Amino acid sequence: MSVVLTVNRRKRTVEADADKPLLWVLREDLDMPGTKFGCGAGLCGACTVILDGQAVRSCQTPIAEAAGKQITTIEGVTALPAGQKVVDAWVKIDVPQCGYCQAGQIMSATALLTATPKPSAEDILVGMNGNICRCATYVRIERAIREAAGLENEA
Amino acid sequence: MSTQATAMSRRSFIAASLAGGAALTFEAQIALAAGPGVPDATVLNAFIRILPDNSVIIGAKNPEIGQGIKTMLPMLLADELDVTWEQVHIEQTDANDKIYGPQVAGGSTATPMNWLPARQAGAAARAMLVSAAAAQWKVDAASLTTAGGRVVDKAGGRSATYASLAKAAAAQAAPDLAKVPLKKPNEFRIIGTPRKGVDTPKIVRGEPLFGIDTRLPGLLHAAMVKCPAIGGTLASYDDSAVKSARGVVAVVPISSGQCPAGKQDAVAIVGTSWWAVQKLREKLVVKWDIAAQQGFSTELYAKQAAEALDKAPDATLFKAGDADAALAKAAKVVTADYSYPFLAHATLEPQNCTALWHADGKLEFWAPSQNPGNGRKDVAAMMGIAPEAITIHMTRIGGGFGRRLMNDYMVMAGQLAKAVPGRPVKLLFDRTDDLRNDYYRPGGWHRFTAGIDASGALVAFKDHFVTFGAGGKPIRAAEMPTSEFPASVVPDTHLVQSFLSTNLTTGWLRAPTSNAMAFVWQSFMDEVAEAAGTDLPALMLRTLGAPRDLPTERPTVVFSTARARGVIERVVAFSGWTGKPSGVPGKGRGFGFYFSHRGYFAEVVDVTVADGAVKVDKVWIAGDIGSQIINPLNAEHQAQGAAIDGLAQALVWQPVVQEGGAVQTVTFSDFPLLRMDAKPAEIAISWVKNDYPPTGLGEPTLPPVIPAVANAIRAATGKRLRSLPLQLA
Repeated sequence: MSVVLTVNRRKRTVEADADKPLLWVLREDLDMPGTKFGCGAGLCGACTVILDGQAVRSCQTPIAEAAGKQITTIEGVTALPAGQKVVDAWVKIDVPQCGYCQAGQIMSATALLTATPKPSAEDILVGMNGNICRCATYVRIERAIREAAGLENEA
Repeated sequence: MSTQATAMSRRSFIAASLAGGAALTFEAQIALAAGPGVPDATVLNAFIRILPDNSVIIGAKNPEIGQGIKTMLPMLLADELDVTWEQVHIEQTDANDKIYGPQVAGGSTATPMNWLPARQAGAAARAMLVSAAAAQWKVDAASLTTAGGRVVDKAGGRSATYASLAKAAAAQAAPDLAKVPLKKPNEFRIIGTPRKGVDTPKIVRGEPLFGIDTRLPGLLHAAMVKCPAIGGTLASYDDSAVKSARGVVAVVPISSGQCPAGKQDAVAIVGTSWWAVQKLREKLVVKWDIAAQQGFSTELYAKQAAEALDKAPDATLFKAGDADAALAKAAKVVTADYSYPFLAHATLEPQNCTALWHADGKLEFWAPSQNPGNGRKDVAAMMGIAPEAITIHMTRIGGGFGRRLMNDYMVMAGQLAKAVPGRPVKLLFDRTDDLRNDYYRPGGWHRFTAGIDASGALVAFKDHFVTFGAGGKPIRAAEMPTSEFPASVVPDTHLVQSFLSTNLTTGWLRAPTSNAMAFVWQSFMDEVAEAAGTDLPALMLRTLGAPRDLPTERPTVVFSTARARGVIERVVAFSGWTGKPSGVPGKGRGFGFYFSHRGYFAEVVDVTVADGAVKVDKVWIAGDIGSQIINPLNAEHQAQGAAIDGLAQALVWQPVVQEGGAVQTVTFSDFPLLRMDAKPAEIAISWVKNDYPPTGLGEPTLPPVIPAVANAIRAATGKRLRSLPLQLA
């Protein structure tokens, strides 16, 4: 079937089965491999995108559900005010090790700061606990979120 | 190391070439090889290109798995070349050990292997640029200096950019690498300064960097139906419901063969969409022969291990003096059984590989491999083609942890490429394939017995180690070093082992063998310390004795008791260790020390235990990896990551479970990874510096945190946990 998606503010028409997950439409049909495949079960967060302001797992989101909504991916995240701050902080703190999970981390952090500009430690945990970093860069992820939010970090 | 690479190292070679056919795009290509006299006689052929705008392209030769090597090795070259970091562009080289020397991400070996050769390569290039300027200005080269990519003649009041000298430099005789002068540490401008990951800006933009992101014209995708039991074989398959489906190009039986070891058979569906072909797998009817494998199970191993511990061992691993006689005379005898399970690697980027079979029989790979050189050998052997017919492009790698030291995905992707000649094909494992096709950290069991004399000194030591083996030898990563401390210093010691069989393939998991050995040895030593009326740091310092070098099973590696003492004393001091109980219910502190991969690490962990849940409050890490932390920004990050990775093994990861020959641990629900909520509130790091050459960091930080947290739980609760994961319930 033909589905019209709005990805990073651009309308894109895709020929694909309605049940094809948004993750694979992004990677295969729209040539946007920034969004990553980790588990295919919504358990690791590597495939996180922002759908109408909410962080969602694109491996669990059939495109039929994404049609008509604003989809933001890592390739377009800096168009969001919080997204630019998060990306700048990620570079400043040098968060990645292998880097594979980081697109998903950045998307979750952007959704978190969009909804909660000054998050508490508990807010950060709730917002980020769905995203696994196998290299365990969690110390810098937390620092970068605080940096992006304009909260103080210890030296 | 190949003989060709050795031969090349004897004669540094230089090639100047015109690229693009225009004088403006002239590039001097200086490929340099290291001479003898480096640790483990390694070679490195750095690849330096100086561009007309005086920027410098430096080739990064090793696989980048998140350890920061793509940034760190070029730092060594750039500093000795004497350019600014801002002038440097870094490019990942292809895999070709005949040009570049060993290209492996494993064993924390990159720093000790490249510390001198990479610097010598940079320094030699600098020397040639200086010689070129001296010839041009007709002055003594010794009167010239360099800085920021320029040769400076202070007396003559003139200077020249490297770019302006590059062509003439390429015509200079290459200096003897062993004699080329290197900077003194106080002259370093890049080494020892914090440098961000070279790919960080691309990662945050979501640019395609990883193997899974490989994009090529006409790319095909493959998903596989994998034999549920490793070692099982394909009996038959019926692809009639699949072959005619839209987008399917081929159905191909593939096998990892015995390369690297332990056959993994599969049937792959190749088509135009991975999502589509993986869905079609349910329509593929496959019959497997797993008769020889189906008896193996986690339950069976546990039963066999319990029996083996009570029986005479299969073999002696190490014997000194008479442990039984010493135990009979000991004032106190401590005994305990320890165990740990099979573990998966669970890299977040699932295993994948892209291959293209060319019309002329050449095979091209885009491979996220930690050891592409071995991949080349495996593919050549399995497919019967010449190693020279194989080209390997190295992609960034979404986590290694040792899984990608194996190259099964290359062998299988190569077979698929041959089945669809002329079209690139990407084989991608789904998460279940990935967890079921691993080279697992093998489980193991230990029965320890120690004797202490009336003064509390450790006088006798025994360990019966039950591990996995074949043909009377441990299988890969199932061995125990014979030089385990304190067995190496206790006069009456007897280490023995017994072997169980398994069909599972085993392999190296970050800090292999050490991650398990640190847990069992240092936890047991904590029990011995308790029995001796002291604490573990004090017992360790007493047992280490006078400063001296003890041999290990590797001829090039010694264990320095002085360096071990140094990190123990440091962590005791900066954590404020007293050895006394916290005095607060549920709060406890534990210690662990381990030497691995040439690195000495002592760590202290504070925990709070409430309602059976363990919370890690703080970790203190004291590490000795020699004279120089090359990139402090990355060193801090690696140490934090490794410590948290160790806490994951101790507290979060669940055993890989096998039943009926097949691994049943197939999702991240079965094999939970550590999330942010389990991160320690604080990690403090202190480096002990000395005059020893720098060594690696990615692995040796990990092992001691595991016994440290187990010992902290003992201190907090009075409960001694002797198997992993540590569970109070």
